[in-house]
Amino acid sequence: MKRMTRKATRHVNQNEGLIFEKSSAGKAAWKLPPLDVPEVDTAALLGGVERKDLGNMPEVSEIEIIRHFTRLSTWNYAIDLGMYPLGSCTMKYNPRVNEAVARVEGIANGHPYQPERISQGALLILKTLSECLLEITGMDAITLQPAAGAHGEMTGLLMVRAYHQSQGNARKKILIPDSAHGTNPATAAMVNYAVENLKSDSRGMVDIGALEAQMNKDVAALMLTNPNTLGIFEQNIHKIADILHAKGGLLYMDGANMNALVGKVRPGDFGVDVMHLNLHKTFSTPHGGGGPGSGPVAIKKALEPFLPRPVVVTKTDGTLGFDYDRPQSVGRVRAFYGNFGMFVRALAYIQANGPDGLRQTTEDAVLNANYIRKGLEGTYHLPYSTPTMHEVVFSDKLQAKKGVRTMDIAKRLIDYGFHPYTTAFPLIVPGALMIEPTESESKEEMDLFIEAMRSIAEEVEEDPQTVLDAPHSTRVSRLDETAAARKPVLRWKPTA
Amino acid sequence: MVYPTGRKYTKEHEWIQTSGSTGVIGITDYAQESLGDIVFVELPKVGTELAAGKTFGTVESVKAVSDLYAPASGTVIEVNAELATSPEKVNKDPHGAWMVKIALKNPKELDALMSAADYEKFVAEEAGH
Ligand SMILES: Cc1ncc(COP(=O)(O)O)c(C=O)c1O
Repeated sequence: MKRMTRKATRHVNQNEGLIFEKSSAGKAAWKLPPLDVPEVDTAALLGGVERKDLGNMPEVSEIEIIRHFTRLSTWNYAIDLGMYPLGSCTMKYNPRVNEAVARVEGIANGHPYQPERISQGALLILKTLSECLLEITGMDAITLQPAAGAHGEMTGLLMVRAYHQSQGNARKKILIPDSAHGTNPATAAMVNYAVENLKSDSRGMVDIGALEAQMNKDVAALMLTNPNTLGIFEQNIHKIADILHAKGGLLYMDGANMNALVGKVRPGDFGVDVMHLNLHKTFSTPHGGGGPGSGPVAIKKALEPFLPRPVVVTKTDGTLGFDYDRPQSVGRVRAFYGNFGMFVRALAYIQANGPDGLRQTTEDAVLNANYIRKGLEGTYHLPYSTPTMHEVVFSDKLQAKKGVRTMDIAKRLIDYGFHPYTTAFPLIVPGALMIEPTESESKEEMDLFIEAMRSIAEEVEEDPQTVLDAPHSTRVSRLDETAAARKPVLRWKPTA
Repeated sequence: MVYPTGRKYTKEHEWIQTSGSTGVIGITDYAQESLGDIVFVELPKVGTELAAGKTFGTVESVKAVSDLYAPASGTVIEVNAELATSPEKVNKDPHGAWMVKIALKNPKELDALMSAADYEKFVAEEAGH
């Protein structure tokens, strides 16, 4: 590596193979006490279907297991190590207070089969979180069941369909802007709607003329991300809602970018009928391998009968319980009540920050993204000059002249000690570099990032090959993604 | 970049070459270049009806999945089965690696498409955007 960086340096870490390769027959990490109950004759019980050969199960000792995973963990990059500027993903810090609360005994050891009578605390967590999220979004009712953003989208569109069906016409199409996240069209297709693409205008917003021309009584809803994936707030949001509502359509908001709005504006106030939130983005629960996710869906009154069941209610005796008697419900979308552990963490985050703290979070997220935008403007091409909020999208247009593309720059960033930004998305920006610092980053960390990105741009001018061959300081250099996709090796097999 | 003459081109970057009432369809060099390494091509079955301007399949690259749009209406009479196992052919020889052959329903539809020269101008503008 030619350039020195202030953030990263080489450091010895241990090589480690697959755990299967460590296996040798007879080794074990456990020892059971003598059997003190009558032995079961499994062969007699299961007959011919008893499985004796467990296949390739690794046989290793306890310390080998511990070392295996500890060694692998030292190869990781994580938000706890540094900035994780993956645009659209909101890789913010997962505060330790969330974890402390999630480990409180009564919460950690609760079981979904506990009777309601002794689950009042857990039910109160569901109820309080629901109320907080409704206050933040300005919506009327909510389900916490969906297990991810995309799952929330699906649940939301199932409710849209059920609503239109109840009006006598399920309708045929969903409109989706060309800047949308891929899960939006995928969701519409899953729910059996046809997808119609909506072009963005030169400012990177929904083209109102195109929307007016494409809106008709076949359109069930528009799925809109606001701020959109360019980080731009859709300023005509009221008008967009009016155009849809005038022809009986609904406005679905992909709330994955709520990190830019919390405490400032409420989608319920600007005409949104259905929206999902990503607790694993905006509300600081872990994701990207640390999940699971959680994608609550908030709705306006008209859609309430269609909420997934069960719904938390206050019973006549004042206790909390589940209401299953909802004949128009789209049904259950997740086992039990959703990813409960994430509700605990999200509520801890909301209550630890309080209303003013959450508003500050939003302001800091927007400030940080604009600090980076200013720091890199001119060095990297900015395809849309419209003011941006919580993230900024550059393109590789200037670097492409030297044959260096966004993926190469992202790989080189690893050498400088940063996780790459999001590459090649949104699709309306060819060669996109999508950067989202979140509110978690200090000015110092962002200065290192800006310095790294500027340094890479200089390398592109002076010595593009260094960037094209990156990363250089990792345990493996550039991986062949094409071969991995064309001829994937998905299973380890013992060498004979 | 040279686009073969004697073919018509779409704004979605497909080409179509006709002989008699048969149309041969593929994607352009510009399309494969912007998609990057193609890892999967999904094509319709023989007998499928294509409608001009509507999607008829997908190409998946390491970056994204993109729809294929039919340059003209017609019935699929042959599919290039080779692309199922060798999708890289589309990157190596986009103007040779055809995807489907169709029996054209209304050859007049082709009049609305671009010539090689017009298409070249179109991509120059798009790339400059
Ligand atoms: C704008 C947008 N919508 C939807 C999603 C899907 O959310 P999830 O990954 O939780 O399914 C994402 C995820 O990155 C996103 O950025």
